[in-house]
This record gives sequence, structure tokens and C-alpha cells, in this order.
Amino acid sequence: MKSTVAMTVNGEARKVEVPPMKRLLDVLREDFHLTGAKEGCGEGECGACAVLVDGELVNSCLVPILQANGTRICTIEGVSTEGRLHPIQQCFLGEGGAQCGICTPGMILATHHLLEKHPNPTLEQIQEGLAGNLCRCTGYMRIFEAVQKAVEAQHAI
Amino acid sequence: MAEDRDILGASPFRKEGRAKVLGEAKYIDDLSLPGMWHGATVRSSIARGSIRTVHFSSEIDWSQYAIVRASDIPGENTIVHLTKDHPCLAADRVNHPEEPILLLAHPEKSALLAGVAGVRVEYDELPGVFTIEESEKAVEDNDTTRIIWEGSAHGGTANCFKQYVLHSGGAKEAEDGLAAAFESADFIVEGEYHTGAQEQLYIEPNGVIAECKKDGSGRVISVCVQGSMQCPYYVVHALTLIFDLPEEKCRVIQTETGGAFGGKEDFPSVIGSHAALLAMKSGHPVKMVYDRAEDMAATTKRHPSRTRHRTAVSKDGKLLGCEIEIALDGGAYATLSPVVLSRATIHAPGPYKWPYVRVRAKAMATNLPPHGAFRGFGAPQSLFSLERHMDKVARAVGIAPEELRRRNFLGTGDRTATGQLLAEPVDMQHLMDRALAESNYYEKVERFAVENKRSAVKRGMGIASFMHGSGFTGSGERRLNSRVDVELLPDGRPQILVSSTEFGQGTNTILCQVAAQTLRIPYDQVAIAQVDTSVVPNSGPTVASRTAMVVGKLVERVCAQMVERLHADANLTGRYEPEEFTAAALRYLQRHGSMRCSVRYEPVRPVEWDDELFHGDAYPAYGWAVYVAEVAVDLNTYSASVTRFDAVQEVGKIMHPVLAKGQVEGGVAQGIGYALYEKCVWKNGRMMNNQMTNYIMPTSADLPEIQVHFEEVPSVHGPGGAKGIGELPMDGPGPAILNAIHNATGVSFDSIPLLPEDIFERLTSFTEPSHGGTEDLDPTREGEFLPEVNA
Repeated sequence: MKSTVAMTVNGEARKVEVPPMKRLLDVLREDFHLTGAKEGCGEGECGACAVLVDGELVNSCLVPILQANGTRICTIEGVSTEGRLHPIQQCFLGEGGAQCGICTPGMILATHHLLEKHPNPTLEQIQEGLAGNLCRCTGYMRIFEAVQKAVEAQHAI
Repeated sequence: MAEDRDILGASPFRKEGRAKVLGEAKYIDDLSLPGMWHGATVRSSIARGSIRTVHFSSEIDWSQYAIVRASDIPGENTIVHLTKDHPCLAADRVNHPEEPILLLAHPEKSALLAGVAGVRVEYDELPGVFTIEESEKAVEDNDTTRIIWEGSAHGGTANCFKQYVLHSGGAKEAEDGLAAAFESADFIVEGEYHTGAQEQLYIEPNGVIAECKKDGSGRVISVCVQGSMQCPYYVVHALTLIFDLPEEKCRVIQTETGGAFGGKEDFPSVIGSHAALLAMKSGHPVKMVYDRAEDMAATTKRHPSRTRHRTAVSKDGKLLGCEIEIALDGGAYATLSPVVLSRATIHAPGPYKWPYVRVRAKAMATNLPPHGAFRGFGAPQSLFSLERHMDKVARAVGIAPEELRRRNFLGTGDRTATGQLLAEPVDMQHLMDRALAESNYYEKVERFAVENKRSAVKRGMGIASFMHGSGFTGSGERRLNSRVDVELLPDGRPQILVSSTEFGQGTNTILCQVAAQTLRIPYDQVAIAQVDTSVVPNSGPTVASRTAMVVGKLVERVCAQMVERLHADANLTGRYEPEEFTAAALRYLQRHGSMRCSVRYEPVRPVEWDDELFHGDAYPAYGWAVYVAEVAVDLNTYSASVTRFDAVQEVGKIMHPVLAKGQVEGGVAQGIGYALYEKCVWKNGRMMNNQMTNYIMPTSADLPEIQVHFEEVPSVHGPGGAKGIGELPMDGPGPAILNAIHNATGVSFDSIPLLPEDIFERLTSFTEPSHGGTEDLDPTREGEFLPEVNA
């Protein structure tokens, strides 16, 4: 049994006919070929599959596609504009916030979400805001610096 | 060369960084080939036994699946590492839970779950051994029913993969010296220490895609495996045996790799061989990507360990001699255990001057999945025990822990326990000074001692001092005989060709920095080739803190060769601007069509090493460090947390400050996890918590401020004076944290991981530890740990 599901992905209206319980992560990766969201654990622990659904940070491995019907979805592919890095991406690059890179898409979207909620986050708010996104490489310190730099960069605009 | 043009020591953007932050970097699961099938593994449900029968459910149409059994392997049924004891697929017996027995492939990934469930294996079970002690007991009792590993032509004895004895000086001299030292010692301090298994927990699980070409008669003529890995040439070697093919017919390509930490050193040979066999059988490319549960249950982890120390010390705190016994749990097959054990052995005496040393070490077989490489590679285990023990020795003598260390540090011109002369400057005293100052150690120790009396949260400070050898052990680098090439691309840009892989640590970036510095051109103009064994030479595996120092030095030399050739044959002038380099490169290409320079490893200084006696130059160079942990132990919840961490190290010249800091911070975070969070729960050889939900690694909310401090002392062994850095930070956090917990609570904990339940049990049981030495602590006498604040 398949259902037709419609949503806006990175500003573009998309329709897909898939089993209603297919995971949003698999629809993004397999049907839309947006492979920036990664599967790290498949149980909502690691945040490597995180995307924004109607502005909320969501682990796409836990979302049946039917639930995404009519939503606005933003993946890492929708963060930059015409190849120009978003300030958050620029700061992750400059501060060493990305090492192996597998958590990076989710981490950048989590940062995006954090800065929407707290434009001037304290270190504690950064730590809490990113606690659902696991990184095994950095020990998070470079990521905190990247987020703090991104805050400065956004104020400079 | 002008200072402002130095790229070594600057922090350019990582080479593949832009693709990573854009989400454009392609990892193996992001790739797909036309006609590709998916593969899965049928695994052993028991720890040990013989396979009686394999049933295939009649409810499944098996004609839709490709099925590979051990008997389908065209060559040898082995995953080769140091011996051939490890089968690629179990043929008639299994030796650990999750051992692969059959492989399945199907065009639809979703069909594999039913396929795996549709295969039922019946066994005649045999008794297993699940701990070092059970394995030892079987040998002592000569219990042949529990001898699970027989020994091999390449060494090892019943249930024991490898044994080493390290004596300082000659064996007789050391034994006589030890006898006299223990006779004359003012104190003899004994201790026993344990460390648990640790999962690498790279966020990208193991995965590969394999292709296979056959001739008209169906014989395999070549295979190609691409995927997430550290050591492509290890996979080539494994494939040559499995398929009975020459090296050039086994092509291996590394794709972007989402973390490794040693967990993708030996294991890709397994999953790579499996996928290639399925490609052979199905006639299609086959992708195998483990899900998290399978990756955690079936792949390698850090070796659990037990280490016993017996130390002779004088009343003024001079170390007189040590006897150290190390036992590692190697799991069911030898894999890399002998070399992990070797690094554990050499690091066991630590950064101290010991007049006499004896280290006895062994790696025992158990019916657990084989343990393997993990950042630190044996050193974190032996340094945990040593550095916990040094605190106990200090207590026994009655001097401060930092003072005991200061009185015994190795320095420039001293010899290590293996007899290696420390020819390059070593200043542990200064590292200690700096670590104590940066962490505000004395002020805090004093303040916490006062505050702890009035608080249920006990705070404390702990130190660990240690070193980590860069590069392969002893004659290993000479045997590897690594090769590095550099070529000119058609547009005149140089491209580095190495088998050294990027998996987050910064290989691509630092090697391009070395090339840019040597060629005197901008960093952006240097390219580095994707690691494809049909293109790049074998520059050795990407392990052992060897890439920056050993491979980096080769890149420096091969680039110097390129400059010379451009001087000689393309009119490149002595001093030149980057544009002149490009012009000369293009001239050279016009004349000769192409340019490829090549160098092989040569030791910077002669290396003398005796593999049998464990004597001589164990490593070309060492990183040196003093780490300080500040902890809080909450006696309401019994949880311990690290509240600040200071990491002071000397790792030669820093090539890239941002990457170097990232390496240390990431290593410290893994070390904190090793000490306080990450526990593998075993039942009859099977990991019971093989999920991220119940195997807990530190999150951003769990970690303290990690302060990283470098002392830069250039080494002759690496490019621009650099040494290895990757593994060192894994060694120090465990002991520093448990020393701090001892300082905070007055209670000595000697095992990691140390979880709240372990602290609870110890602090509420009032029983003395079952082992320990002359300084055995009586918790009731030590006092101070009761939550008086509630009174």
C-alpha cells in the first residue's frame, strides 16, 4: 500500500508515492536523493539524521513519512544559497567544528535551530541545544567555538 | 623562506571541509551502483560449538537470494592479520557470538531481514570461556574442554595468543636487581587494575560496496571494494587470499569515512571480503552497511585488561624496581592482539626512570568477538594501571603525587626501560609545572579539602603523566617500507599520492600543508588523490600516530625531490614565486609528458630493535604529556563528573593548531567516556547493550571545559619538527580522573569504567577491596566521604 505525500523540501514543492510508514530519512535519501542526512543509529539517539520540519529539529529516522505530509522541511542541502556557505557553515569550517563530517549536517541544523531560539546563547544553552547530536571526533569544543563565532557573524550582518 | 608564507603551523581550512559542511561529502551509504544488490550476514547465536545443520525456511523463495557459504570461497577461508586463525566464514564451528556463518544478498534491502530470520542454524554447544581468568584457569587445570584456541604456527600457546617479557638490561641483571631492590625497599606497593572493553562508536557504521568480474568460465578475475576504512592495503591483502588473486586484481578504494578510531583498521577486511563474495555469487555489485546494533555487537572493541603492579620504592620516593603483569582479553581470534600487547608492554613502565623493570604480558583467548584496534592500542590500558598505581605509591611513601613523579621522571639523555636513549629534549618537569599552573592545582586541592568537609559533593584533582610512541613499534616502519609519490596534474598543480586515509583527523590537510611548505606554493594549489590502490602506492596503514610524522616526512622528501627535478630539468630558479613553480611544472610536462616522484621510508636516525628481547629503540619519537582532571563526586546520586580538564603535551611542532586542538579535545572526550560512561555489558560473550540508547558516550552536555596546552619542541623525525598526536590524548584521562576521584573521596577505585552504580556499591558496602597492596585503604578510616551535609 502506498500513499501520496506532499511537502515542501528546501523551498521546493515535492510529492512522493511511498508506503506511509517509510521513514522520512529514507524518503529524503532514496526518493529525493538528498543524502546529507545520515543514519547513525536508527533510534533517535545520535542526531545524524536531524532535519528541520516546520522549523523544529527532528530526527528523521523516527518520522513515518505520512506525518510529514504538508510540512516544510529543511535539510543541510537547503542551508547554503547558490553554493555560498551560510555563516554557520563557514564557522564550522573555520573553527574545526567538522572533523569526520558525518555528524556535521545534523549538527549544523541543530545550531540553526538553537540560534533561532536563542540568538545569544550561553555556553550552557549551546551544550543543551546540541546534546541530541552526538559527535565522536571533536569532544564538542571546536563545535562550541563554531557556534559562538556564528553568533558573532550573524550580529555582524 | 619568509615567515608570513609559512603554511605549516597555520590553520587553513580542511581540504574536504567545504563538502562536509555543505552535506555534499559522499560516504559509502550515500553511493549506489547500477544493478546493485544489498547484503546481510547470518551470525552465530551461541558463543562456542560445532555447526550441526543449517535449515532454510520453506516459506522463503531462496532462488531470489544469493547465498554464500564457507565452501564457496575460491581461495583460503581466512581473514589474514598476523596469523590465519580467523575464518572469513565459520565452516563447521563457531567461537564467538555473532560469528559470520552465511551471507545473503537480495536486490531489495527490505527482503534481507526475513532472509536472515529464515535461516536456522543448529549447533552442538561447547563450553565457553568469557574472562581472562576463565581462560587462564582452563590452561592451569589443563581443561581441554575449555581450551578454545590451540596455538598457531605463528606463535601462541593454548588459550594464549602471545606472551612477552620485557627486562630492563639483560634478563639476569634485571632479575638480580629486582630481587635486591625488593629486599632493600622501604615500601613495597602492590595493586591490581582493570579496564573494560570500549566501543569505537564512529557515527558512520562499517560499510562497503563490492564488485566482482568473472571470465567466461565463471572464474573470478578481479574484485573491487570501496568503503569506509583506514587501511585499504590491508583489505587488498585479505582479498588476495580469499580470491586467490594477485594484488593488482584486488582494487580497494576508500570513500569519505565517518570516524574510525581504530575500529576501521582491521574490520573492513571482514566486511569487504563478505561483500566481495556476495558480488561474486550474485553477479551484481553488493552493498553491505551494518546498522548500529550489528556494528556494535559484531565488530571489534578495545581489549579489556587486568594489570598487576608490584613496586619497590625508597622512603625518599625513589623508584627502585617494578614487576608488572599485563593480561589482555583478545576475544576469539588473534587478529591484532599481539601488536596491541606489544604497545601495552612498552608503555607499561611509563615516563619514569626505573633501575630495574620486568613486564610480563599476555593476550588470552576468550569466546567474545575479537577485540581489535582502538586509539591508543594497548597503551591506555597499561598507562591507566601505572598512573593509578603511582598515586598509591606516593600515598605509601607519604609524599604528594606530583612530587613522586618529579623525583622519577625520565629526561633528556636518559634511557627508557627498553634501553632507548632519549636523544631529543624531554622536559617532563616543565610539563608538570605548566599543568599544575594552568589547572591552578595547588589552590584547588587546598580549597576542595576544606569545602568537601561541608558538602555532599566531593571535589578533587588528579594527575596523570605519560608518553605515547609515534609510529610502528621497533623495526615495524622499516618492514612497512612505505612509499609516497607526488605527480604533476595537467594544469601544473602537484598531487600527493598516498594510501594514508582521511577519517576526520586531518590527513588530507596536513599532508597538503607539508607539500605546500616544501614546494613553496599556496596550500590551495596542492591536491591529494582519493585513496585508490590502483592509483596510490602503499604508504602504510593509517594507524599508530604515524601519519603526520612518518608519512609527513616522506611527503616532505618527495616534494623536495620534485623541486630538484624542476630545478634540473625545467629551469626553475633557486628562489621562486608560486607562478614560476607552475610555469616550470608546465614546461616539464610539455617536455616529458608527465612527472611522478617517489620516495621510500628511511629512518631519520638508525633504529636498533630486538623483537625477541624487547630491547632498543621502541619508537622513533614520543609525545609527552601531563594531564590534570578536576572532578566532582555527588554523594546524593553517586555520579562522578569531570568539571575541568587541562591537557599539557609536547608533540613536536604543531602543524595545524585548530586540528591539533581538535585531536586532543576529541581524545580527552573519548578518555572521559572510557573512564566514566562507556560500559560494555557482556553475557556469555555477547554484548547486551549494543545500542546508543544504553551504551552511553559523552554528549555536549556531559563534557567540561577542556583546556589544551602545547609545548613545542621540534623533532628531527617529522616534517617541520612534528611528531604524532592522535593517540596520546586517549592515554591520560582515565587515570587522571580516577586519581581525582581518589583525591575527592579518599577512596581508591581501580577499575574503569566507573559508573554511579559502581561508586554506590563501593561506598555503601564497607568492604575492603579484594586486592591491593601495603597501602590498602580502609574507607571507614579515610572518612570524609559520608554526606555529612545532610546531617
